[in-house]
Amino acid sequence: MKIHEYQAKEILRSFGVPVPESKIAFSVQEAEKAAAEIGLPVVVKAQIHAGGRGKGGGVKFAPTAQDVTRYANDILGMTLITHQTGPEGNLVKKVLIEAASNIDRELYAGIVMDRATSKVTFMVSTEGGMEIEKVAEETPEKIVKVAVDTAVGLQAFQARQMAFSLGLTGDAFKNGVKFLMALYNAYVGTDASIFEINPLVVTKEGYVIALDAKANFDDNALYRHKDITALRDLDEEEPLEIEAGRSGLNYIKLDGNIGCMVNGAGLAMGTMDIIKLTGGEPANFLDVGGGASAETVEKGFRIILSDGSVKAVLINIFGGIVRCDRVAKGVIEAIKNIDTKVPIVVRLQGTNAEEGKKLLEESGMNIIAATELKDAAEKVVATLKTIEA
Amino acid sequence: MSVLVNKNTKLVVQGITGSEGAFHTQQMIEYGTNVVAGVTPGKGGQLFMDKIPIHNTMRGAVAKTGANASVIFVPPPFAADAIMEAAEAGVSLVVCITEGIPTMDMLKVHEYLKKYPKTTLIGPNCPGVITPGEAKIGIMPGFIHKPGTIGIISRSGTLTYEAVHQLCEAGLGQSTAIGIGGDPIIGTKHIDAVKLLNEDPKTEAIVLIGEIGGSDEEDAAAYIAKHVDKPVVAFIAGQTAPPGKRMGHAGAIIAGGKGTADEKMKALAAAGIHVVKSPADIGKKMKEVLGK
Repeated sequence: MKIHEYQAKEILRSFGVPVPESKIAFSVQEAEKAAAEIGLPVVVKAQIHAGGRGKGGGVKFAPTAQDVTRYANDILGMTLITHQTGPEGNLVKKVLIEAASNIDRELYAGIVMDRATSKVTFMVSTEGGMEIEKVAEETPEKIVKVAVDTAVGLQAFQARQMAFSLGLTGDAFKNGVKFLMALYNAYVGTDASIFEINPLVVTKEGYVIALDAKANFDDNALYRHKDITALRDLDEEEPLEIEAGRSGLNYIKLDGNIGCMVNGAGLAMGTMDIIKLTGGEPANFLDVGGGASAETVEKGFRIILSDGSVKAVLINIFGGIVRCDRVAKGVIEAIKNIDTKVPIVVRLQGTNAEEGKKLLEESGMNIIAATELKDAAEKVVATLKTIEA
Repeated sequence: MSVLVNKNTKLVVQGITGSEGAFHTQQMIEYGTNVVAGVTPGKGGQLFMDKIPIHNTMRGAVAKTGANASVIFVPPPFAADAIMEAAEAGVSLVVCITEGIPTMDMLKVHEYLKKYPKTTLIGPNCPGVITPGEAKIGIMPGFIHKPGTIGIISRSGTLTYEAVHQLCEAGLGQSTAIGIGGDPIIGTKHIDAVKLLNEDPKTEAIVLIGEIGGSDEEDAAAYIAKHVDKPVVAFIAGQTAPPGKRMGHAGAIIAGGKGTADEKMKALAAAGIHVVKSPADIGKKMKEVLGK
């Protein structure tokens, strides 16, 4: 799960990680009031989940009260387009008013879960303010990685190693070590999956603070973090994906016109792949789970068909423990309830596949039955060609 | 021969009285798996299906029955604990079916299991392991499999069934099919499963099914290039997946431009592996490679 910068900073603050003084504002008036309370100069920062906000014009330095009013006015309600939002951009509904920092150096600190080593791993770099992927590609020697021993957690010597590698000295060194230790505690304490502090700044006074903060959390662990779950911002998510989630379905919208419904995530991805290879474009990823009951199939249908660009649907169910004849009955029932004109190709394989196919063929509905994967993909792409012709 | 599971496997089901555990225990018994005990804390002394003794602890179950494997159906908040309990009780194989275990819990499990090098963990978030005709530990439909000489390794459930189906259509049976699971932190990775199947004299060739996310397929490819002479056919799911989105499995995500299907397919092909683009070509390709 993703959260906003201002929320991430509140969490960091609660773990003793230094962040600039700031206040969230939902209106120009609130922004003005916040700036007055914090004291000028401030920075006005658009709050959306995507990165690259500065380049898109969503972060402005405001030395005067007039600037605060002007920038808050500009940014609130703007559609911010960054390399992470896609061309449609994201509507900005809130701005963070933050005390400007007296920056000496801009550094980078991130924490990730390294799958290859199964360890929480720090990445620090002197190249603050740049995309870390770019640094990794162009100057990998400028990224220092430190893997944390799961049994004992981050040790002080490791934090010192990182602080030295960042070239910190004097007060900044002491503050840097404290910062990294607190950051680690926040990461494990919240079941985070990614922390990215970019830039991590050293001020002229020797303070080390998180000027920006990105935090993602492990969805599987949210059950034990009610406070973090409450930070979810539905405005930042695809409405159909939210609706699917409520029905317990795993749906991701794509750009094509062939809707697909599959049981199992791997087979669902494989089905998207074969649609593309056959010359079609998948409209979505949808995993209805192992069981594929009439109820889930119907919910899945409704979500797929809510996407106006869908011109045909491919249902691919590998019936293992669930019998294909029962799945077929469910599919027929669902299509009856939905009453759609879109051509539907149904591929059932596994237990009682033949009986399932027969039921579909005899249903008298607009269903094209298939038994093999290739056959199903070809049939659904062909229906589209017929429509276009 | 086969790997991990055979007719001599003595299995304990952890979470045997839950709905999933109970249902799949019956299915496993029907397939021929020797289920010797169940564990549900607080229900020790009772019988499951009037014949299988339920124990309070894994230690108790292993001491009484000499079990050498366990399968876990307990809910996500308690599953990491169940894995560690199984390892501590001394079983050599732990198959964790549970989906949705917090990653931080799995890191602890990973660390804990280092003390028990003789215990192999399969999963979590996996369909399990089957040696067709002998025994199955997990939730896969047994009847779609046929005994034979093709080993299968996969991160996905139904996509494995698809591969099994295609192999059977091509007249090829399976030695052992290993569902390693779709989570980012898993016990047995592709490379470990490849080693097992490579050393199994009954396995003639290997099907490797991967998906976007991480670099486990690349690691397996590097190993195969050096150490494996058996033919390997591979498919990577998620060639059309957008970056930054989790595709159902917690581990299936292209993050920071890494873990794409394209990268994996290139690494596998460079290792001399027969990579198919279409998931419908797995069986056909294997038949062709074996010249059958």
